[in-house]
Amino acid sequence: MADRYSFSLTTFSPSGKLVQIEYALSAVNSGVTSIGIKATNGIVIATEKKAVSTLIDDSSLEKVAVICSNIGMVYSGMGPDYRVLLNKARKAAQAYKRVYMEEPPTAILVKEIASVMQEFTQSGGVRPFGVSLLIAGFDESGPMLYQVDPSGSYWPWKATAIGKNMVNAKTFLEKRYNEDIELEDAIHTAILTLKEGFEGQMTENTIEIGIITGVVSSKEDGAVVLPEFRKLAPSEVKDYLANIA
Amino acid sequence: MSIMEYNGGAVVAMVGKNCVAIACDKRLGVQAMTISTEFKKTFQATPKTYIGLPGLATDVQTLAEKFRFKVNMYRLKEEREIEPRTLAHLVSSTLYERRFGPWFVEPVIAGLDKENRPFICSTDLIGCINFAKDFVVSGTTSNQLYGMCESLWEPDLEPEDLFETISQSLMNAVDRDCLSGWGAEVTVITPDKIITRTLKSRQD
Repeated sequence: MADRYSFSLTTFSPSGKLVQIEYALSAVNSGVTSIGIKATNGIVIATEKKAVSTLIDDSSLEKVAVICSNIGMVYSGMGPDYRVLLNKARKAAQAYKRVYMEEPPTAILVKEIASVMQEFTQSGGVRPFGVSLLIAGFDESGPMLYQVDPSGSYWPWKATAIGKNMVNAKTFLEKRYNEDIELEDAIHTAILTLKEGFEGQMTENTIEIGIITGVVSSKEDGAVVLPEFRKLAPSEVKDYLANIA
Repeated sequence: MSIMEYNGGAVVAMVGKNCVAIACDKRLGVQAMTISTEFKKTFQATPKTYIGLPGLATDVQTLAEKFRFKVNMYRLKEEREIEPRTLAHLVSSTLYERRFGPWFVEPVIAGLDKENRPFICSTDLIGCINFAKDFVVSGTTSNQLYGMCESLWEPDLEPEDLFETISQSLMNAVDRDCLSGWGAEVTVITPDKIITRTLKSRQD
């Protein structure tokens, strides 16, 4: 009897799929939409902060988060799974810093997180994470936006959407995106894209926006200084919202 | 008998004008007895960075291999060469991992960063980094090297002059140390090329 449950939940189906990962993707697709757009001089990531009730104190709910000074991320899917991955990502970034005394390049951190997510599709007694992540970072090779899925696959994107409204949002982005877009325009576009599928009133308290912009510079002694990822304050979000009204 | 003085050796690195130089002796001994005169202590980490490892010979060899491994993995993962400053911190963390049973080496790192700015530093056996702007010394001959470098070094030496200065500093310092000498190897790193020369010295 025990033998039947001693294999991993992610065993292959006859058609070659891992059904648990497919179901995890369903969890992601029923989650709130998140957007990421890469501009020539930075990246913007944004999401809806959907509070279940008006009684919730949404100022303490954090969806867009900083991993290390030059990398941030947002998710679509299950919040608790996200928090676990966020912690692992932060720890991985600090472990890198401990060895090299430098912030990790975006691609390295993404590989690390993707590797963790993949582990949970090939171990006993665990299930895949029910989140897709959008990771935005700025390193010496410039701004990079990555999506990481529950399976552990990751892709770099120029602009993308994940979650409930992703199909419409991506169509919208395909029309509006161009390679020379600057960050200010990108933020504007991100808000408009979110608005497409928004249920309810869009205010500075119901969306979260994070940006990273700047240039890579060197200090006098040769140490590299990277731009910092930060979340927009509600007052800044309000200004952007006023512009699209 | 100190374990750091079991095999003997000397390494020095200096900063010049848009160039760096690193030099080492070639002696390997077992206390008083010399057993090899071809034991070089500098190793190339990247096309523009060298690492010098004086100290206990077995640790010199093992760490040279460990750092080659780590630098190769870095290059494969990050798809770029490691910068000298980053390598310095990597060396420091690797040594500190063995804080209570250390590697008996005191490494010296010399190289040019991606903007071709000179970089040198040395660390102690447990990883404390000393970032210097002029020269760094290490090994059984360190005291003599400090004296020689302090007198002979001046800023902004051209590669040819830097070669002369570092060679004279090393040669005369090891002549005052019975555990180092038996030949020397000097490497000068410039943005376009690396020149390694072998020096003939007093063979005693």
